[in-house]
Amino acid sequence: MKRKPMSRKAALPHYLLLIAVGIIMVFPILWMLLSSFKPNEEIFSNVGLWPSTFNFNSYMQGWVGHGQYTFGHFFMNSFRLVIPTVLFTLLSSSIVAYGFARFNFPFKKLLFSIMISTLILPNAVLVIPRYLLFRRLNWLDTYYTFTIPALFGCTPFFIYMFVQFFRNIPLELDESARIDGCNSFMIFIKIMVPLCRPAFISAAVFQMVWTWEDFFNSLIYITSTENFTVSLALRMAMDTSESANWSGILAMAVLSMVPCVIVFFSSQKYFVEGISSSGMKD
Amino acid sequence: MGFVYILPWIIGFLVFQLIPLASSLYYSFTDYNMLTEPVWVGLKNYTYAFTRDVKFQKSLLVTLQYVFISVPLKLMVALGIAMLLNFKLKFIGMFRTLYYLPSIMGGSVAVSVLWRFLFMKEGYINELLKFIGLSPVNWLGDSRYALMTISLLTVWQFGSSMVLFLAALKEVPESLYEAARIDGSGKVRMFFQITLPMISPIIFFNLVMQLINGFQDFTPAMLITKGGPANATYLYGMLLYENAFSFYKMGYASALSWILFILLIAITGFMFKSSNAWTYYGDGGKNQ
Repeated sequence: MKRKPMSRKAALPHYLLLIAVGIIMVFPILWMLLSSFKPNEEIFSNVGLWPSTFNFNSYMQGWVGHGQYTFGHFFMNSFRLVIPTVLFTLLSSSIVAYGFARFNFPFKKLLFSIMISTLILPNAVLVIPRYLLFRRLNWLDTYYTFTIPALFGCTPFFIYMFVQFFRNIPLELDESARIDGCNSFMIFIKIMVPLCRPAFISAAVFQMVWTWEDFFNSLIYITSTENFTVSLALRMAMDTSESANWSGILAMAVLSMVPCVIVFFSSQKYFVEGISSSGMKD
Repeated sequence: MGFVYILPWIIGFLVFQLIPLASSLYYSFTDYNMLTEPVWVGLKNYTYAFTRDVKFQKSLLVTLQYVFISVPLKLMVALGIAMLLNFKLKFIGMFRTLYYLPSIMGGSVAVSVLWRFLFMKEGYINELLKFIGLSPVNWLGDSRYALMTISLLTVWQFGSSMVLFLAALKEVPESLYEAARIDGSGKVRMFFQITLPMISPIIFFNLVMQLINGFQDFTPAMLITKGGPANATYLYGMLLYENAFSFYKMGYASALSWILFILLIAITGFMFKSSNAWTYYGDGGKNQ
């Protein structure tokens, strides 16, 4: 579809509107970022955004925390949880999607519709029985509670997304690869994976951000401070130092978002490509 | 052969979804505190919730209020912004990224920290109000405003709906607008007679997804207001969490989760039924 570029005269009020909305959207984030450098007593008293002095103490104090562990420990924990979960999600959901997109087998239609219906299965119903299951398996307070379900394709959203992508790849490519002597798994590795890079990247970004920010599941499954993720540690900091150290908490809140923001910005190109190519599949 | 590829999902579905679902249905008819074996009590948990548990009734009411305020508002804002972005202009991609930024923070603890610091009694927003000569508002401590303040956070994070709306808007054929222009239709009329019908499947999709998520929201209420004041923000997720993991009433909490599940099935079922009347599919709905 072709749309004509706007005339200069029409564009000006439009830009003003875009900027006004942009300010409302970004203002809280900007406040959080800049206030994390303010001295503690200045955070609420200084209504100006800009700190009177840039003070990195808040980061040092926040990082050290109150208990036995520093935030360095909690960041390591988060990485140890998130990285395998993301990798396992990509692996299992793409392989399962390949099965659904390219093969015929008995009950395929039924199984596919079951998979789709689990998309709207609320986590709230699963969390209690899963807790009891993990308790019996002795998995509580370990990261298996995240990684193992990821390994077994418990993320129907991503399976569905990969199916949509794989279906867009012409069958002729599979055919010619087969003539060249590729078996079905080699076709997956040599054709599907490289041609669907945007799908892999957007799935990785989504799953990384969701797992990194997860609070509800971590709160339930991870019980000892030693294994706390950044989310849980941040909550602990907020609850224990109720009134004292605002700037330290803000600083750690800012730091906790850094990995997600980096991943988001560095994947922008693929992200947009991923969304637009799934949107224009016909 | 295809069966081998989907095997991981079949195992995962059975072990982590179907069996938990079945066992939670069973637990919902029992008293179970994890120390002793579950005791069958029939429908007692369900009747208790509806007839005796005041907190359940309050929480259901609060959650319905929260969902029916925040979801429509969020979708309207998302659609409005998507329309604002659906122009060929320089830097439009930059604005799209900017508007998505709050949504990156999702349901994180960081965003709850931010909201608490902004809206608490001596928080930044009140200092700002005092600075410009207005009287401060007890955003989180007054039961009239607390739920609204939490809803505002939900609305602020409209990014994913916006992206989907934007993709849908780009698919609306320009020829339809041109034809309407020749007929002398105004912008408002074009919006209601072309844009809305053409993107109705995406409106439907966003509505279903946001409703399902909204009913389960937990983190902001738990971290910003702890369900208070006077249970004004006691969302259903908190009710579930407290019963299961503070009181260890696993049987009762399972029943509560099934009540939510059935409510969600009823709502989505109703929406799917009614969607035939208000969504438009270019292929006559074959790919629905």
